[in-house]
Amino acid sequence: MPEGIAAIVIQALTRIAPEVNPSAIESSSHFRDQLDLDSMDFLNFVQALHARLGIDIPEADYPRLCTLESAVAYLSDRVAGTVPTPDPGSR
Amino acid sequence: MPSLGADMEAGTLIEWVKHPGDVIAHGDIIAVVDTDKGAIEIEAFEDGVLETTVIAPGQLVPVGTVMAMIRPTGPGQPAVTPPAEPAAAAAPLASEPAPAARPARLRVSPVARGLAATLGVDLTTIAGTGLQGAITREDVERAAAAAARPGAAAPDRLAAMRTAIAATMSRSKRDIPHYYLSTTIDMSTAVTWLQAENAKRAVPERLLPAVLLIKAVALALGEVPQLNGHWLEGRFQPGNGVHVGVAISLRGGGLVAPALHHVDRTGVTELMHRLQDLVARARAGSLRSSELSDATITVTNLGDQGVEAAFGIIYPPQVALIGFGKIAERPWASAGSLGVRPVVTATLSGDHRATDGHRGGVFLRALDRRLQSPESL
Repeated sequence: MPEGIAAIVIQALTRIAPEVNPSAIESSSHFRDQLDLDSMDFLNFVQALHARLGIDIPEADYPRLCTLESAVAYLSDRVAGTVPTPDPGSR
Repeated sequence: MPSLGADMEAGTLIEWVKHPGDVIAHGDIIAVVDTDKGAIEIEAFEDGVLETTVIAPGQLVPVGTVMAMIRPTGPGQPAVTPPAEPAAAAAPLASEPAPAARPARLRVSPVARGLAATLGVDLTTIAGTGLQGAITREDVERAAAAAARPGAAAPDRLAAMRTAIAATMSRSKRDIPHYYLSTTIDMSTAVTWLQAENAKRAVPERLLPAVLLIKAVALALGEVPQLNGHWLEGRFQPGNGVHVGVAISLRGGGLVAPALHHVDRTGVTELMHRLQDLVARARAGSLRSSELSDATITVTNLGDQGVEAAFGIIYPPQVALIGFGKIAERPWASAGSLGVRPVVTATLSGDHRATDGHRGGVFLRALDRRLQSPESL
């Protein structure tokens, strides 16, 4: 599963930054710096993951999507259901 | 050939979207023109019937060149005249195929479509060079090759854009006596409101702080309309609406500042969707002529780069530019005590021919006040 999620993350990134070579994305450095993403790019990235994986991603969790490594770990947990989906009504 | 901003001198017709005999309504897209800002959709200024097209796809012509003749259907025309009638009357002039026979706007050969799917090329970002602007196999191959060379994509366009920016900014600095003001705005109420709002919203409906800043600028301009408009023929001419140009940096270099129309009358959710769409189209090189020619003020937001304050150069013939830096936590004294709050530095670059620092100061104070009531934006 993590490998599938890594592919999804990379695909979402390269749609936003088409000039980036997917194999050059370092797993532990920040996307924003490495790929020169602005806040609109990052929002598009989160929206693409939301659409592709069908999970809610609370804004408070955005920092966990900042590197390839942590994004894959976070999304894998969310998809597997080990991190409960927050109930919007309780927020 | 319309002027799509002060920095444009010429454009190349890519295709006619409307054809002789077609009935045209104000705002309809009638042609697509290639400029250094991408393939721009040209909108009709008025209602009428396209009588003849004067220039052909592929022709590079200067701004001001007649591209087509449109017969107006203004108040002089009887209201009962069905639109089909003038179209039929003009039809004998047409040498193009019947408009009804035209397929969807994006013309792509089957081979090109298959190849694009294989190579992962987005067809909507390609300007076709085939018949009537159709995207050919060669176009797809060229796009794929350009995408494969990072930084090397369309060097000509980038160089042309650089030249245009240089000319316009030099003209601005030469002709416009700028004055600069800055103020630091407490954003704690706005940031708290935004966080609570976004927690309630599904991912596709979430807002960026930039939307609040743009909306607050538009509302503050309602209080200080002297900053919203153009300096033309030696005098200030107020804008016919609050159309905020948004400076958008392009991947690979350069920038454009297309307009969001009637921002003062648009809710933040709708504005967010329009901003997102505008940024996507600006970066894909597919803007509309009204977006490039209508802005009555420009906002530049360099906060994402960690910039503290941005003092911009006015985009002529506009008379003001608003800059925002990063929203960051800073020590903040209020009511005799010191705390930590998110703040943003807002700047105004004003044209001293149109306004004075006092007026600019009133604007910045109004902007601050608007941002203290985010629920009213």
